[in-house]
Amino acid sequence: MSQHVDNIKPCYPLFRDDDYKKSLENKRAMAEECHSDEKVKETFEWTTSSEYQELNFQRTALTINPAKACQPLGSVLCSLGFEGTLPYVHGSQGCVAYFRSYFNRHFKEPIACVSDSMTEDAAVFGGQKNMYDGLKNAKALYKPKMIAVSTTCMAEVIGDDLNAFIGNAKKEGHIEEDFPVPFAHTPSFVGSHTTGWDNMFEGTLRYFTVNKMEDKEVGKNGKINLVPGFETYLGNYRVMHRMMKEMDVDYSMLNDPSEVLDTPADGSYRMYSGGTTIEELEDAPNAIDTLLLQPWQSIKTRKYVKGTLKQPASNIAIPMGLEGTDEFLMKVSELTGKPISESLEKERGRLLDMMTDSHAWLHGKRFALYGDADYVMGMTKFLLELGAEPTDVLCSHANKRWRKAMDAMLAESPYGKNTVVHTSKDLWHMRSLVFTNKPDFLIGNSYGKFIQRDTLAKGKEFEVPLIRIGFPIFDRHHLHRMTTLGYEGAMYILTTLVNSVLERLDEETREMGVTDYSYDLVR
Amino acid sequence: MALRQCAIYGKGGIGKSTTTQNLVAAMAEAGQRIMIVGCDPKADSTRLILHAKAQNTIMEMAAEAGSVEDLELEDVLKTGYANIQCVESGGPEPGVGCAGRGVITAINFLEEEGAYDEDVDFVFYDVLGDVVCGGFAMPIRENKAQEIYIVVSGEMMAMYAANNIAKGIVKYANSGSVRLAGLICNSRNTDREDDLIIALAEKLGTQMIHFVPRDNVVQRAEIRRMTVIEYDPKAKQADEYRELAKKIIENKKFVIPTPITMDELEELLMEFGILDEEDESIIGKAAEA
Repeated sequence: MSQHVDNIKPCYPLFRDDDYKKSLENKRAMAEECHSDEKVKETFEWTTSSEYQELNFQRTALTINPAKACQPLGSVLCSLGFEGTLPYVHGSQGCVAYFRSYFNRHFKEPIACVSDSMTEDAAVFGGQKNMYDGLKNAKALYKPKMIAVSTTCMAEVIGDDLNAFIGNAKKEGHIEEDFPVPFAHTPSFVGSHTTGWDNMFEGTLRYFTVNKMEDKEVGKNGKINLVPGFETYLGNYRVMHRMMKEMDVDYSMLNDPSEVLDTPADGSYRMYSGGTTIEELEDAPNAIDTLLLQPWQSIKTRKYVKGTLKQPASNIAIPMGLEGTDEFLMKVSELTGKPISESLEKERGRLLDMMTDSHAWLHGKRFALYGDADYVMGMTKFLLELGAEPTDVLCSHANKRWRKAMDAMLAESPYGKNTVVHTSKDLWHMRSLVFTNKPDFLIGNSYGKFIQRDTLAKGKEFEVPLIRIGFPIFDRHHLHRMTTLGYEGAMYILTTLVNSVLERLDEETREMGVTDYSYDLVR
Repeated sequence: MALRQCAIYGKGGIGKSTTTQNLVAAMAEAGQRIMIVGCDPKADSTRLILHAKAQNTIMEMAAEAGSVEDLELEDVLKTGYANIQCVESGGPEPGVGCAGRGVITAINFLEEEGAYDEDVDFVFYDVLGDVVCGGFAMPIRENKAQEIYIVVSGEMMAMYAANNIAKGIVKYANSGSVRLAGLICNSRNTDREDDLIIALAEKLGTQMIHFVPRDNVVQRAEIRRMTVIEYDPKAKQADEYRELAKKIIENKKFVIPTPITMDELEELLMEFGILDEEDESIIGKAAEA
């Protein structure tokens, strides 16, 4: 075949060479026993129809590409956000390989995470012995300051008790009594990655505070606690730090993996870097309040903050877009008595200026959108602020209350009148919606690229381009370093959206002598 | 003769293990080659045959060796009275781990190691209590036990459990070859017990294969960790077990059971005077102070 040592081609374009094309055709004709091209085309067309959509939405027993991952994925991200912490998953080894590669593909960073590799006998006798050896070995080998334990399905199905196992491991001397081992049960078959993040965070906060509440007093340290939730845009941690500093607000970011997930190439590997310290966690009950930046996914944490820390856990929405950020900053100002800084006011003005500059291009543009509950809500809000029209908004894991809140928010805007909110639906549902409602763009994670491919297969005029904002993003580099929160984040989102619109317009108008009368230099 | 695999189910404490061991002792006495597979973490399904509680259960040995793959058949297979082959699945202590998974692991091990390829006429699975989860249904899954015997007595909860087990069998019977082969009544000396169990068997579409009367010789034998067949072969009770053994060897009545509803079961109990007609006026009322 046509590979030559001085011209080695990757599979694309190699497989487009004539000999490969012929070989693939032969295989198809002789071995694949497939339907005729006409039949395949006919069936494909049928899957793009409203008739098929109706059937698709009647689906009860099958999920195809849900826009969510499992609980321990969230707990691992959360564990990475504490200083010197080794995420430890009690259960099967393969699950941990999955968490590591999943984050690795998104962040392009090595992810430190261990498992205690439960096997068949552990499934029968329970995993206590694995926990004994695992904690001891993990501590000796990787020298963490803290080991944060969560679980896979296997341990959950047989009902392993983390509290007892860790307690016994300490009592029997496998690990020192005072070595911090916070934990959370994170059954993969319940909730999603955001549930797992919340469980792990609550478990860790509880571990460092629940028995030390006597000398604590709300407001004593004058700080504001920030809880990011399952947050994969590293810029979002950084923008929070910046905004708090610019307002001269004393604060604790109670979880922050932005260092360990963005380490420099300077010749030394860092297994641990940055992160919230144990001291800060222990001091959390002394803060004025704890603000949950992704409130819809922080159910357990909110309960703990209110019930045990006795802080108000003031209601805020995710600080995304103009109004979301306004409300957040005003709440911080109200709680701390610190005015919103001039620098932030100026930043807000710049965002507003950008919004008006781009308004002509974004007004009335129609977007379909999917992702996590809080992100999707913040993004919908910002789209409405931009005068864009969300067509279908889909969240695989949100509950009824969320949906009602979404509907109420949409009802307030003229741009939200035709928006339909979908919960407990997956990306195969989304595929139908994108075909039938024909939005201008689809906003979501990398998995949306297959929907774009399918729409293009129907014809160029049906193509719905994917705008990559969400998690995971495997097929574009460095987007995880961007910011989606605060005015800065709104600027990034706005820039991304408007340039996607303009790029698409260029694509449609550069046909020489046909559409290029609109192929303008100035947009 | 082809290998016949039988599983014994029944409510906890009904006397499954005792009945099974006395039964297989009688069968062995009649020249049958038998293996007992204890599917209970307590591992007491072979104690009367081995005269000792089995020390080396499959799961215990596997845990010691590191994994099941490191085990060999002779490590776990013990020979007892009348050459009966005995093996216990074993399992975790109460309250930890997953006993059901232990049964699955153990039975898979026996199959892979070819435990049933030896010269055996009957394999008996003695399974703990109800079919509480998939693990305890392992013996009735594909290619394993095809005859199920339910040990039952005239007590309401025992009959309730028997009906539940029948429900479990239906699930597997529709897709496989497992069949209900009969009810063994292990008498508790309740009123009209034999008629009641015959009536229940009829409703379930099966037979009461034998009525085993109550006899203290069973307990006397058990204290010596023996079956009646071995302890006192001339006892009347030994003949009862021989009769049961004969009936099982000759049994041809294998059915897909027709479990009944709770209402039907209650009706049956009322018919035999075990349950009173429901007095609706007293429901939810506390005793007068």
